[in-house]
Amino acid sequence: MDIPSSTTSPTSPPPRHDVKPSQVTPKRAARGATRPGDRIFLGLSRGSGIALLVIMAAIAAFLTYRAALALSDNTGNFLTTFEWDPAGTATNGKPYFGIAVLVFGTVVSSIIALVIAVPIAIGIALFISHYAPRRLATPIAFVIDLLAAVPSIVYGLWGALVVAPNLTGLYSWLDDYFGWTGIFSYQGGAPRSLMTVGILLAIMILPIITNVSREVFLQVPKMHEEAALALGATRWETIRMSVLPFARSGVISASMLGLGRALGETIAVATVLSPSFVINASVLDFGGGTFAQNIASKFNEATEYGRDALIASGLVLFVITLLVNGAARLIIARRKEYSGANA
Amino acid sequence: MAKRIDVSGLTAFYGSHKAIEDISMTVEPRSVTAFIGPSGCGKSTFLRTLNRMHEVTTGGRVEGKVLLDDEDLYGAGVDPVNVRRTIGMVFQRPNPFPTMSIFDNVAAGLRLNGSYKKSELNAIVEKSLKGANLWNEVKDRLNKPGSGLSGGQQQRLCIARAIAVEPQVLLMDEPCSALDPISTLAIEDLIGELKERFTIVIVTHNMQQAARVSDRTAFFNLAAVGQPGKLVEIDETERIFSNPSVQATEDYISGRFG
Amino acid sequence: MSTTTIAKPASLRGARLPRWTPAVVALGSAAVAVAIGTVAGLDSRIQWGLIAAVLFIVASYAVAVAVEGGRQAKDRLATSLVWVTFLLAVVPLASLVFETVERGSTVFNGYFLTHSMGVVADDEPGGGIYHAILGTLEQVLLASVIAVPIGMLTAIYLVEYGRGKLAKVVTFFVDVMTGIPSIVAGLFVLSFWILILGFDFSGWAGAMALAILMMPVVVRSTEEMLKLVPNELREASLALGIPKWRTILKVVLPTAIGGITTGVMLAVARIAGETAPVLLLVWVNPMINTNPFEGSQASLPLYIYQQYAAGNQAGYDRAWAAALALIGFIMILNLAARGVARWKAPKTGR
Repeated sequence: MDIPSSTTSPTSPPPRHDVKPSQVTPKRAARGATRPGDRIFLGLSRGSGIALLVIMAAIAAFLTYRAALALSDNTGNFLTTFEWDPAGTATNGKPYFGIAVLVFGTVVSSIIALVIAVPIAIGIALFISHYAPRRLATPIAFVIDLLAAVPSIVYGLWGALVVAPNLTGLYSWLDDYFGWTGIFSYQGGAPRSLMTVGILLAIMILPIITNVSREVFLQVPKMHEEAALALGATRWETIRMSVLPFARSGVISASMLGLGRALGETIAVATVLSPSFVINASVLDFGGGTFAQNIASKFNEATEYGRDALIASGLVLFVITLLVNGAARLIIARRKEYSGANA
Repeated sequence: MAKRIDVSGLTAFYGSHKAIEDISMTVEPRSVTAFIGPSGCGKSTFLRTLNRMHEVTTGGRVEGKVLLDDEDLYGAGVDPVNVRRTIGMVFQRPNPFPTMSIFDNVAAGLRLNGSYKKSELNAIVEKSLKGANLWNEVKDRLNKPGSGLSGGQQQRLCIARAIAVEPQVLLMDEPCSALDPISTLAIEDLIGELKERFTIVIVTHNMQQAARVSDRTAFFNLAAVGQPGKLVEIDETERIFSNPSVQATEDYISGRFG
Repeated sequence: MSTTTIAKPASLRGARLPRWTPAVVALGSAAVAVAIGTVAGLDSRIQWGLIAAVLFIVASYAVAVAVEGGRQAKDRLATSLVWVTFLLAVVPLASLVFETVERGSTVFNGYFLTHSMGVVADDEPGGGIYHAILGTLEQVLLASVIAVPIGMLTAIYLVEYGRGKLAKVVTFFVDVMTGIPSIVAGLFVLSFWILILGFDFSGWAGAMALAILMMPVVVRSTEEMLKLVPNELREASLALGIPKWRTILKVVLPTAIGGITTGVMLAVARIAGETAPVLLLVWVNPMINTNPFEGSQASLPLYIYQQYAAGNQAGYDRAWAAALALIGFIMILNLAARGVARWKAPKTGR
């Protein structure tokens, strides 16, 4: 038996496909017999994997380094300051900047996006998995994929020149009936506000939430659905009894993946929002800003120090999206184990 | 509450594939009718046409008549939801709702159809679990998830869930094929008790089981793989197993094929 | 015997609405919405649509409650909601495509594709996207040259070798990397390549950031495809005494190559539309610069952003036309990728 593949060192266990008994040969059979070709190839492929980790580490390291340079000279509190003035034009050249406004704008626009997108995405996912006639399901899935393929700059252009002008009527109506809440008061003018941004982001994150949810809905074992149907449940009752409970964690992580996208979206927001560095209680009036949009909009005119300040805000965005995405992936991973044990 | 089923000229398709062809039979009330036959002969498909579960599978389509007493299940204006509510079903693999407790599993069908007082629900759940010979094993853990029970207990839980809504017919699709011999025995005993109240149709792979539990037995066969399954004969179980009128039945029962 | 009677249907029949009900209700709601919109003078089509949707949902529910009863009505409510959500997704896509084609076609022609903005002021008509197309192609090509080998090798490692802790960590971070905002990738390259190493803005700098965005996509799609290759094939080859690395190169990869190509094309389509990193790293150049390693360049998405930001009609026209070109390019890539996928579909029957 001299099958080269099985000459694995302890650090490179056998392939993770279902290893059949016939394939398992003595594990440590003659390390010396490893061929140079095998060693080089393994080295290359493992090296690539490590390179990915190095890149991730480097992103964190370099951003932290440049951010530290900026923050050490900042005279404002980075977390609570409402101004963005790294050049110190108002403070005799002393940098004074913070992300309070950006946190607000990013969170508000992302929440709006989620509130709109999640129910719609669940609906479309159910439509594809349970409602659409079979012939329609595939083309619809394709349409959703196309929605994902449209570049964000085109969404931005469309949002600013087509969607926004059409929203004045809706916003005035919201102002008439809900203006008293303060959240929906609308002064008129170009509706290039956090609300508009949220609507646009909702459309942009729709595909990822839909696709992940659809996968989860399709994974629901047929026998659970049949159990409900056989009891005389209507289609909706079947979905409520067997599909939704089974899919809940999957839909949550899908929404978090969508949230990650919404938090980091740059150019569409920069195109649609008419930014101003203030916190405005009304989501319909223009103004506000998000992390990514602020970087894109301020970058051109920034000095080197100003760029470091922007990098500092980018670092915060990086950490937030890392946490959101990591959590989403962990939920999915745990779910896999759970449903695997049950299947 | 048990009703008679009259099937005439029933043919079922999966897309363009004909799974069973031209089946006619009568299922007597308050008795157990067993369906036997080789794999792929369409006995499970036929069972699923009896409560309109066949059409749930994509491409599933049915022609012919199924009369429940005098009402055609496939007649105009018939709501499949009402059909399934009236004709209960137990599946091959136990399928309690994984996210529900034992109590909620049994009450699931009731909650769909109306609102009950807590005390009423308690009474019905207890009665159903007793009816499924499961009460003594689970009465102290009704709020635990149903998925924590053993396979045999889960299957009896599914039976309790099915009989809780008091159907008129109970269809069982190889209910013991995923169970060990002791659990199988428990279910077979239960079937004997249930037939006092329900019309029972059971599909089984196991001829001894058919002989043990059923009053009448139907033998299904198919001419060749890819051909539609057909009903060969249906008769008193004793006759089928001792002196069937068709040679193929005898061949199958004596183990010459299948 | 229990004292409670159990609710049972009196008959198998249920009062059902005729099959055409949803269609009629939908048409009716649309008509009423148009009427309301016209009478109340609502100028926004968005409002018309929302009114129609709400009317449709409410009317279907009401009709069903009246005829079929509460449970069926709830079922219908769910069905109409699901249909409405589907329409809500289709309408934006349709509007976006329609507007881009309509507004983009005004200046989209051969001249537009073959000329740069070198001698055209922002607010005068004319000019084109030749330099931007060139920039995009070069940057995307460079990014692919970096990302495709690394991504494919990583996937090979994960599927063919990886089982230990390292593989788990890599898998997790590949997933996390998919979620890195493009602007962060841009900031990273900015910090180390331009601010620390002191290089100038260039197409290459942009390509590096694009490569970071592309890698996880390539890893994921290659991984999926390699997993589809049946293990019997590997065993057959290994049993012939062929070394593992040659088995991977000669047996596994060729089997999966169709799917991998599809994945790479989709990844290219994704990064070709990225604006943010290009904005930070390539700067902007109205002239033709064929050298991606020296001096600022242009790119299609960046061009759209610049022309839009110019804020005049000539700029808008060019932005739409460039958007049309970009969408066209990406859609062609998408369709071609699907074509490859279908044509080279794994014949394993899985």
